[in-house]
Amino acid sequence: MSDTTNSLSYVRKEMLDQQPAPRSQVGASRWIRENLFNGWFNSILTLISIFVIYKVLAGSLPWLFGGVWDATSLEECRAILNERFGNTHYACWAVITERWNQLIYGFYPDTEYWRANLAFVLMLVALAPVLFDAVPRKLLWLTIAFPFILVWLVWGGTIWGPLSVAVGFALAGLAFKLTDALDSMAVSAISAVIVAFLWWLVIGPIIVGGLDSALPVGHLQEVESRELGGFMICVIIGISGIAFSLPLGIVLALGRKSDLFIVKTICVGFIEFIRGVPLITLLFTASLLLNYFLPPGTTFDLTLRVIIMVTFFSSAYMAEVIRGGLAALPKGQYEAADALGLDYWKAQRLIIMPQALKISIPGIVNTFIGLFKDTTLVMFIGIYDMLGLSNAIRANAAWNGVYWELFIFIGLVFWICCFAMSRYSQWLERKLRTDHR
Amino acid sequence: MTTAPDPQQDGFRLSQLIYDTRYRSITIQVIALIAFMAIAAFLVRNTIINLSNLGKDIDFGFLFNRAAYDINQQLIPYSSDSTHLRATIVGLLNTLLVAILGCILATIIGVIAGVLRLSKNWLTARIMTFYVESFRNIPVLLWILAFMAVLSEALPTPRAFRGENPEASMWLFDSIAVTNRGTYIPAPVWGSGSAFVVITFLLSILAIWAFGKYAMRRFESTGQMLPTFWIKLAIFFVPSLIVFFLLGRPIGLSMPELKGFNFGGGLHMRNSMLALWLALSFYTGAFIAEIVRSGILAISRGQTEAAFALGLRPSRTMNLVILPQAMRVIIPPLISQYLNLTKNSSLALAVGYMDLRSTLGGTTLNTTGRELESMLLMMAIYLVVSLLISTGMNVYNKSVKLKER
Repeated sequence: MSDTTNSLSYVRKEMLDQQPAPRSQVGASRWIRENLFNGWFNSILTLISIFVIYKVLAGSLPWLFGGVWDATSLEECRAILNERFGNTHYACWAVITERWNQLIYGFYPDTEYWRANLAFVLMLVALAPVLFDAVPRKLLWLTIAFPFILVWLVWGGTIWGPLSVAVGFALAGLAFKLTDALDSMAVSAISAVIVAFLWWLVIGPIIVGGLDSALPVGHLQEVESRELGGFMICVIIGISGIAFSLPLGIVLALGRKSDLFIVKTICVGFIEFIRGVPLITLLFTASLLLNYFLPPGTTFDLTLRVIIMVTFFSSAYMAEVIRGGLAALPKGQYEAADALGLDYWKAQRLIIMPQALKISIPGIVNTFIGLFKDTTLVMFIGIYDMLGLSNAIRANAAWNGVYWELFIFIGLVFWICCFAMSRYSQWLERKLRTDHR
Repeated sequence: MTTAPDPQQDGFRLSQLIYDTRYRSITIQVIALIAFMAIAAFLVRNTIINLSNLGKDIDFGFLFNRAAYDINQQLIPYSSDSTHLRATIVGLLNTLLVAILGCILATIIGVIAGVLRLSKNWLTARIMTFYVESFRNIPVLLWILAFMAVLSEALPTPRAFRGENPEASMWLFDSIAVTNRGTYIPAPVWGSGSAFVVITFLLSILAIWAFGKYAMRRFESTGQMLPTFWIKLAIFFVPSLIVFFLLGRPIGLSMPELKGFNFGGGLHMRNSMLALWLALSFYTGAFIAEIVRSGILAISRGQTEAAFALGLRPSRTMNLVILPQAMRVIIPPLISQYLNLTKNSSLALAVGYMDLRSTLGGTTLNTTGRELESMLLMMAIYLVVSLLISTGMNVYNKSVKLKER
């Protein structure tokens, strides 16, 4: 047998050395072949894409990187460019450097910039424990105190005002705890609200007035709302809207899912009304009509009105997102909570909401992003946010005709904030994923 | 065997309102109703007092007064002698025009971008990712202003089209002029008898639909397939063209021409409208792209493989298997994007497009001083439009929804 095989001349006896794969099947050339020139259609797409990228980069890169960073007016900037390149087809970034403070702080008094900066840093610190688990839990106390610190730092005035509001909340919490023994959510909630309003409207103002004259510490220079602007007002409106719209949205979603007919009708009416009209009409309502709806003689701050309207607006969207999360939850979860003998609020707090909110994280963050982008709309009611300021800067003779530099700067600021939010939501989703896939 | 004793029947105690689940819901609802009515009454009372302090009343009669302002884009005849009501309608039509055009363009852009983002072509997919992420993360208002700046700053002036060697030239065989004062496109001129052509055209569309039904029934009963595409194409073009030439070409085109310092003739599309339209379309298109992408990804791979196993070609797989299922995932969020686009069209304010907000909620409000009435009416109109769109789309959604048994 072995003889015959050996005598066959066409049977190879020794193993051949392993050959390298064909050139077209390895490394970059394979990748290019598979991803860029895989069939005639893909090849055309690739060529078109390369052409588009070339056109865009060739048009924008010199403009972007040849720009002037140091000038006091567009004319000076163009003179520098003419001297350097012989034409003016380059950016004038000087408008950003020269108007930096205005774009960030609006018309905030420049001796008080430290307050805005401090508030911003504190905001980041206060947000940290909310966003990340690894941060020490004790920092949550700062998070709770932050709204009051923010108001005091940004608007100035006496420290006792914000403190008194905080005391009102604390008292409400205390009342809630004390009436907890009655074992009824409704009674607790109502008593808490009554105590808080009693403090805010009756007792608080008297004590604040007394303390302010007796102990005038922590008095900062008062800043009016119309002096706020720029990136700062976007952050203030955006953060407050986000902070208030989530709880309000949860309440509205629960109301809409509730069996109680009247509560449900009110919630559905509110949500559908808000979702049916553009935000801009609500903002105009805030600036034009609110005086009609309030008791004669009351005026309150435009920024506060805008925050309220933005909160209402996004809470309606939030409610729909959370309702989606509630609907996506299997019915067995509700039944299991009932079977354990949990009452409505305990079931919501311990079983339903943690799961429903987890499901709706992408939608919630999308609503946040939408809210933050919508803060630009305040320029229509006379608040100078960054876009409003860009118009104001152009109206100035020195910078008349500057478009792209400002638009790109503002766009970049928003892009970074919004992209960071969406990345965070993806990270959070991955972290909270409990199914074993 | 013990049974639980019957609940005591010794009358109703007040504490039952709180502790007894049978009555508690009623208590809560009554409290909610009272609170709601109290807030409503508070607002209404304040409004009445404030109005009487200002010497005003609630009266929609101003709608029938002379408007006395001009609107630069009118879909129906309007002059400054018309009433405020007519101005409102003109504004509403402008809003609807930009909303409908925007929805169409946004859908086209979104579908193309969404499909290309899933493309195997690495470069194209990256470009589309860049498009989607940059448009989604930057406020639409900024895009509107940026598009407006492109149109009014970067485009040639009408003057540039003049002379022997003009700096700028018109597009598509001298039929479209893109200038910084707006874009001029050929406009149809309706001669006598053009109505017949239009009617024929509409009838042939009806015929296409009927033919499709017939071909389907025939296919299902006999298994024979007709070359539907070519027949439909023929029905689409032939009858209308025959009528068109028989009647002596009643529909003509008015071409834009340079007259003096500006273009005349043709249809003038204002920059304000173009900027708003393009910005809204590209912005919403980015969201639609993500919706389309997620819709296609939501269909499991098994469906494609099953279709291939049945011997369907890739194009038929897409049309008959993937898309019908993906549509169910896509439609509901698509509806809300259409609604968003419609509502975002109120940002027309930024570029001076005369939409509902800028006629009724702008000039009318300012000239008549009827803030309350104008705002309420405007909100009501937006609300009705939104509800109509969502109802219409929900009906469509129901028709394509999975029929569960």
